[in-house]
Amino acid sequence: MIRRFLIAAAALLLVALNIRAQVSNEDLLHASSQPRDWLTYSGSYMSQRYSLLHQIDPANVKNLELKWVFQAQSLQKFEATPLVVHGVMYVTQAPNDVVALDAATGRAFWFYHYAVSPAAKPCCGAVNRGLAMLGHTLYMATNDSHLVALDSRNGQPIWNVEVAKAADGYAMTVAPLIIKDKVITGVAGGELGIRGFVAAYDVETGKEDWRFYTTAGPGDPGSGTWTSDAWAHGGAPIWTTGSYDPDLNLTYWGTGNPGPDYDPGARPGDNLYSASVVALDADTGKMKWYFQFSPNDAHDYDATQVPVLANTNWKGSPRKLMLWANRNGYFYVLDRTDGKFLSGTPFVRITWATGLDPQTGRPQLRHLEPGVPVFPGPEGATNWYSPSFSPHTGLFYIPAWSDFSAIFNRFPVPYKQGQHYTGGAITPAIPNGQMPVLSKLGPINTYTDAAGHGAVIAMDPADGQKKWEFDMYDVTMSGILTTASDLLFVGGREGYFQSLDAKTGALLWKASLGGEIADGPMTYEVNGKQYVSVASGNSLFVFGLRDP
Amino acid sequence: MKPATGLTQAFRRLVKSPTTWSFGGRAIGCAGFALLVFCGFARGQNPAPGPEDSTPNYGGYAKADIAYGAQLYTAQCSGCHGVNGDAQPGINFRAGQFKRVASDNDLRMVITNGISGTAMPAWHFNNAELTSVVAYLRNMSKFNASNVVPGDAAHGKALYDSVGQCATCHRINGAGPFTGPDLTNVGAARSPDFLERTLLDADGAMLPNNRSIRAVTKANQTITGRRLNEDTYTVQLIDSNNRLVSLNKSDLREYTVLKTSGMPSYRDKLSSKDVSDLVAYLLSLKGGQ
Repeated sequence: MIRRFLIAAAALLLVALNIRAQVSNEDLLHASSQPRDWLTYSGSYMSQRYSLLHQIDPANVKNLELKWVFQAQSLQKFEATPLVVHGVMYVTQAPNDVVALDAATGRAFWFYHYAVSPAAKPCCGAVNRGLAMLGHTLYMATNDSHLVALDSRNGQPIWNVEVAKAADGYAMTVAPLIIKDKVITGVAGGELGIRGFVAAYDVETGKEDWRFYTTAGPGDPGSGTWTSDAWAHGGAPIWTTGSYDPDLNLTYWGTGNPGPDYDPGARPGDNLYSASVVALDADTGKMKWYFQFSPNDAHDYDATQVPVLANTNWKGSPRKLMLWANRNGYFYVLDRTDGKFLSGTPFVRITWATGLDPQTGRPQLRHLEPGVPVFPGPEGATNWYSPSFSPHTGLFYIPAWSDFSAIFNRFPVPYKQGQHYTGGAITPAIPNGQMPVLSKLGPINTYTDAAGHGAVIAMDPADGQKKWEFDMYDVTMSGILTTASDLLFVGGREGYFQSLDAKTGALLWKASLGGEIADGPMTYEVNGKQYVSVASGNSLFVFGLRDP
Repeated sequence: MKPATGLTQAFRRLVKSPTTWSFGGRAIGCAGFALLVFCGFARGQNPAPGPEDSTPNYGGYAKADIAYGAQLYTAQCSGCHGVNGDAQPGINFRAGQFKRVASDNDLRMVITNGISGTAMPAWHFNNAELTSVVAYLRNMSKFNASNVVPGDAAHGKALYDSVGQCATCHRINGAGPFTGPDLTNVGAARSPDFLERTLLDADGAMLPNNRSIRAVTKANQTITGRRLNEDTYTVQLIDSNNRLVSLNKSDLREYTVLKTSGMPSYRDKLSSKDVSDLVAYLLSLKGGQ
C-alpha cells in the first residue's frame, strides 16, 4: 500500500515537474522578472541581456570556477545563446543540431540532428544563434531556410516548413521570437541578392500568418526609394532576433545591408527598408514606423543589431526608448512608439559621415575619394553581437571594433541566382598590414594598433557620452551580459572570458578559454545556484561559484 | 569621457607611438590567404620613390615589379595575347583597351579565375607574380621589355651567403637562425619591388607583423625579440637566443613594439646589379618544394 502510494506520489511529482518545464506566453511577458530561466535569445522581450540574479557579485566573482563543458561536434563558430527552462538547457550545435542538457551538470537528455540541405549558402559561416520556446515546443530556423518545431521532451520534430528557397541564396541563422501564437523569423542572404523579409508562423502548424518584405516593391510605401527592379534583389536581410513591446503590440527588427553591398550606384535611392529598424504590428505584420540608419548604404553597415528597449526618463519625463549602437558607428536613442529620432552620437571613429541631422538623424555624408580608408571598416563599429543595457547603472554596453578601417573598392556585378552579389572588394587600410576579418584565421595576432581593436564601450543614453571603455588587443564578436549586482560579462576573439565592474569597467575576473568567444554570455539559476554560460571555440563553458 | 584604468589602456598607450605607423608605402604585403586575390590592389596610389627615380613615371607601379611582370608575360601570356598585347580581338594592353576589366582588382580577378567559355584559363600566379603581371600590363606602352636583364639568381645566392651575410639572421628551408623572418616562401609572398626596397631600406619596408619588441620587467630585466603573438594580457616572442618567451604584461614596467629593423641597408654595400641578382634569388624561394 505504502509502495503504491509512493509510486503515485512520484508519478505526480514527475507530472508536476513536466508541467513546470514548459514556457507560457505569460512567462515570456515576464521573463525579466523570472531570472532563474533564460527564455528568449536576448533574455526578455526588452532584449537588455540584463539579469536580476545577483548571487555572483563583484566581491565573490573571483571565486568563479568551471562547472561543466559541452563540447560541440562542430567546427563552425558557436554563436548560439542557450535557453534554460527549469533546469534544462536547450542549445544548438552549429549548424542545426539541438541538444537538451541538465543545466546543473551538462549531461545530455537528448540530441537532435538536422541534415542541412547542400543547397544552403549561408554567406559567412554555417552558424545558428539559438532557439525559441513555447509550451513544450522548441523552434529553430535552419541554414537551408526551414523553420522546424521540436518536442522539448524528446527532440522529435513536430513540423518543418520551408520559409524560402536555399538555392536562391536564402539562409537562416537567427533565433526565432515567440509572440502570442506566432513564431517570428527572418531570412539572411544580403550578400546573395535575396529579397529580405520578416515572417510569422502559427506555433501549432507552421502555417505562415504574415510576411513583411524589407525591400519596398512596387505599390509598397517607400518603393520610390529604389530605381528599376533593384528592390527584387535588394537584400535587407534579417539575421538577429527582434524585440517586442506588448503595450504597443509592436515587434522591432533590424534589417541588413542593401545589395549589392559595396555598389550603391547600382541601386540609387535610399533603398528602404534596408539598414533600418522596422516596427511591425505583431498580429498583422503591418509596418507602424521605420527608422533608416544608413540610407543608400555603401559600406555593409547592416542594422542587424538587437533592438534594446528601455523604459527610462528622457529629458526629465518617462519615455519608451529604443537604444541602438549601429554598425555604422553611431549610438542612437529612438522613441519606440513612433520611431522619432532623439539622439545619435559616435561611439568609435567615423569618417563616412560628418554627423547626423539633429532633427531627423539622417547621416550627413562625407565625400571620400576612392581608395581612401573608411572608418568603420566593413565589419563595422559593432555588428550582431548583443549589447546590454543595465537599468541599475543606466548604461548601455556596446561590443565594439574601435579604430577599425578598410578600403572599399567598387566594381559592378550582375545578379546571378544564388551567387555572391557584393559589388566590390575590401582591401586593408594599412600599407603592408593585416586587417581583422570576419573569421579568425588562427591563434596568432600580430596586428598593430592601426588594425583597430575590440572594446566594451559604456555609453550613457541620457547624454550620448562614453562613460568608460575596456580595450582588448584583438577584436571581439562577443555579446555582453549585465546583472543586478553590477557585473558585466564579456568575451572576445582572444578567448578570454572576463567579468568587469559595470560601473567602472575595471577588470574583476578572467578565464582563458582558448577559443574565440562569439556568442552572448547568459545566466540562470538551478537549485539556488547561479550559473553563467559562454561559448568559446567549439564548446560551451558554464561557470558557478566554488562550493563552500 | 573617462577611460578605464586597465592594463590594456596603459599598454595601448605604451604601444602607440607619437607618430602614426609608417611603412614604405605601396608594396603589397598581404600574408593572409583569404584576401590574397585583393591584396595589392590599392597599390599605385601612394608611390614611394624607388631606387631609380630618374626612370619614367610608371603611374605608381614599381619598375622592379614591371620588369618581373614583363618576364612572366613573355613566358606565359604572349602566346595568346602577343608580345604587343594586341593579338586578341577587342583587347590591346598597350592602348589600355580591355573587354571586361577596369580596375587592377578586376585584372587580378580575371587572371586568377580565368573567363569561362573562352580560351582564357585560370592562372595559378602567386601574389608576387600577380602584382608584377598587372604592373606590366599597365605599363606595356612605356616599358621596353626587351631591355629587361633578368637578375642572376645564382650570383644572388652567392651574395646571400657572402657579403650580404643574410644567413646571420634569416632562415631558409629549415637552416639558419630565427632572428629575422623565414624566407623559405618569400618569393611567392613578396613582390620584387618590395624585396628591393627592403634591401635598400629595411626600416621603411618592414612589415608590421615582423616588428621586434623591447620589454623591461619590474625586476629590471630587459628582454628583446621578435613578436610572435600578442593579446590583451600577454605577449609571446622569440628572443635573441632563439628561446620562446611568454610575458605577462602586468609583470612589465616598459613595453615597446619597435619600428626599426635590425637589418642593415644594402644601398651602399651592393651595386644595383647585385641587388637585382639578390632579388632574383629571393624570388626563386617559393616554398622549398
